[in-house]
Amino acid sequence: MTRIDNSCRYTETHDWVRADGDIATFGISDYAQDQLSDIVFVELPEVGDNFEQGQVYAVVESVKAASDCYAPVSGEVVEVNSELESTPGLVNQEPYGAGWFIKVRMSDPAELERLRNAASYSELIQQLTEEE
Amino acid sequence: MPFVPHTADDRETMLRRVGVASVEELFLDVPEARRFPTLELPPPLSEPEVLAELAQLAHRNWNLDQHPCFLGAGAYNHFVPSVVKHVLSRGEFYTAYTPYQPEVSQGTLQAIFEYQSLICDLTGMDAANASHYDGATALAEALIMALSVHRGRRRKGVISRTVHPEYRQTARTYTQGMGLELTGDEQPGLSLPDLAGIVDEDTAAVVIQVPDFLGAVPSLDEVRLLADAAHQAGALLVVAVNPISLGLLQPPGEYGADIVVGEGQPLGNHLSFGGPYLGFFATRTDHVRRMAGRLVGMTVDLDGNRGYVLTLATREQHIRRERATSNICTNQALNALAAAVYLAAMGPAGLRTVASACYHKAHYAASRVGRLTGYDVLSHRFFHEFVVRCPRPPSEVGGALLAEGIIPGYDLGEAYPELEGCMLLCVTELNTREQIDRLVDVLGAPS
Repeated sequence: MTRIDNSCRYTETHDWVRADGDIATFGISDYAQDQLSDIVFVELPEVGDNFEQGQVYAVVESVKAASDCYAPVSGEVVEVNSELESTPGLVNQEPYGAGWFIKVRMSDPAELERLRNAASYSELIQQLTEEE
Repeated sequence: MPFVPHTADDRETMLRRVGVASVEELFLDVPEARRFPTLELPPPLSEPEVLAELAQLAHRNWNLDQHPCFLGAGAYNHFVPSVVKHVLSRGEFYTAYTPYQPEVSQGTLQAIFEYQSLICDLTGMDAANASHYDGATALAEALIMALSVHRGRRRKGVISRTVHPEYRQTARTYTQGMGLELTGDEQPGLSLPDLAGIVDEDTAAVVIQVPDFLGAVPSLDEVRLLADAAHQAGALLVVAVNPISLGLLQPPGEYGADIVVGEGQPLGNHLSFGGPYLGFFATRTDHVRRMAGRLVGMTVDLDGNRGYVLTLATREQHIRRERATSNICTNQALNALAAAVYLAAMGPAGLRTVASACYHKAHYAASRVGRLTGYDVLSHRFFHEFVVRCPRPPSEVGGALLAEGIIPGYDLGEAYPELEGCMLLCVTELNTREQIDRLVDVLGAPS
């Protein structure tokens, strides 16, 4: 059963974002990590980098593919999850928790409204699972 | 998949399926005059006739078994043990196309694994990829990797003028459009400390060749200083090496290289009129994710049996073409295998013997040439190539050698105008004392 975190918003590309004030945390969804299988490397940006909504901000490498991650909202990177350097498997184990990617200071929090909420993302996953 | 020619029935079925009545109809879009053009071919020949004609053509080439060769400049005439040919001729290796998929046979994967391990041993690095086209492209890839390590934020590459001129050209071609500025090789005479002086915070990589294109082995102290300058500025040190020289010289990993590249041809690959060769590429573990090409690893399965797997291939074109750091990672599989078999057959002692024979024979040749009237040997610390200023234009000197059946050295004037009138002579373990003495006799003969 695919886990969906109610406190997050989601993109069509299976990236999630959780806002706390003007700070947003990014990661990839449980569905995404499951599709990728064992994650062996996450290439993260550096603190101070800026991203527009929809821009590639990270690359996730699994044993079978390398995939881009797209910024759910625009902003400046204020923290990166350095744990992933040595333990990329955290993304598989806790995609919404210890497996987070970066924290961003949002430049336009209104962008969050354009993303799917948990219920809507859940529907997307259901559709995708049925198509499989 | 069995190879079965189409039967008339097969063709009929296929034509029906695509909705045409005949093969002619299928090709209606091709203008009629172009459909079955008359080719002006000579009459057919039998197999012995073809072989005879090809042999006749081949004999017009000069054969290195019959002509002493003193030409190096990046491609070298070395002995190839017969075991290399025997392993290479095995059908499993000889016919296989570039192995791309993780499910390629264990034998192929093991061969690549052994090659990578041997290159790591030789260069003193942690990881080697499964090869590039040649030394020049491997060097260009090293620069691209250095750019990638710095995430495109650094825009300068410092490169020594004594790096092979064609490698420098290839590097410029490959990196054009990437915003990289290669500098340090424009003006003659910049020493390694001079190069260290132009390394700054914008420098992604510093590139040198050891022994350099002119055969010289730089002082290790100076190389270390340059490595320190590069590292202090946060730049990577890229070293291009002649693998045979590593039988005598320290591996670049020991004096601070971050990436080691080179031309693998001297390792068990015949000169073959210029190719195919192979570029080797090795680096430290820290940078392995940014390395082009594939990496084979060794592991054990659930039952504890040794197995080989494609460990890292996500930089490759078949997985992430549009964002791959490199779209050239052709595995010159057979050439890489030749290098692996060569290194395994020679072993550390054999490689040392070859390197030491090259060194001593070249120094014997240099000392004899240096005593000839009008000739001036400009090289001091060198491996197996040295620069000679000639009393006559190198083309004339070369012509005189050719007239005696000897393949002359490389005329340095074109690539290095400051060395107009100089020839780069190379001596390997295959040059006999008699050949060297004959070279000296012809050089010293009155024109």
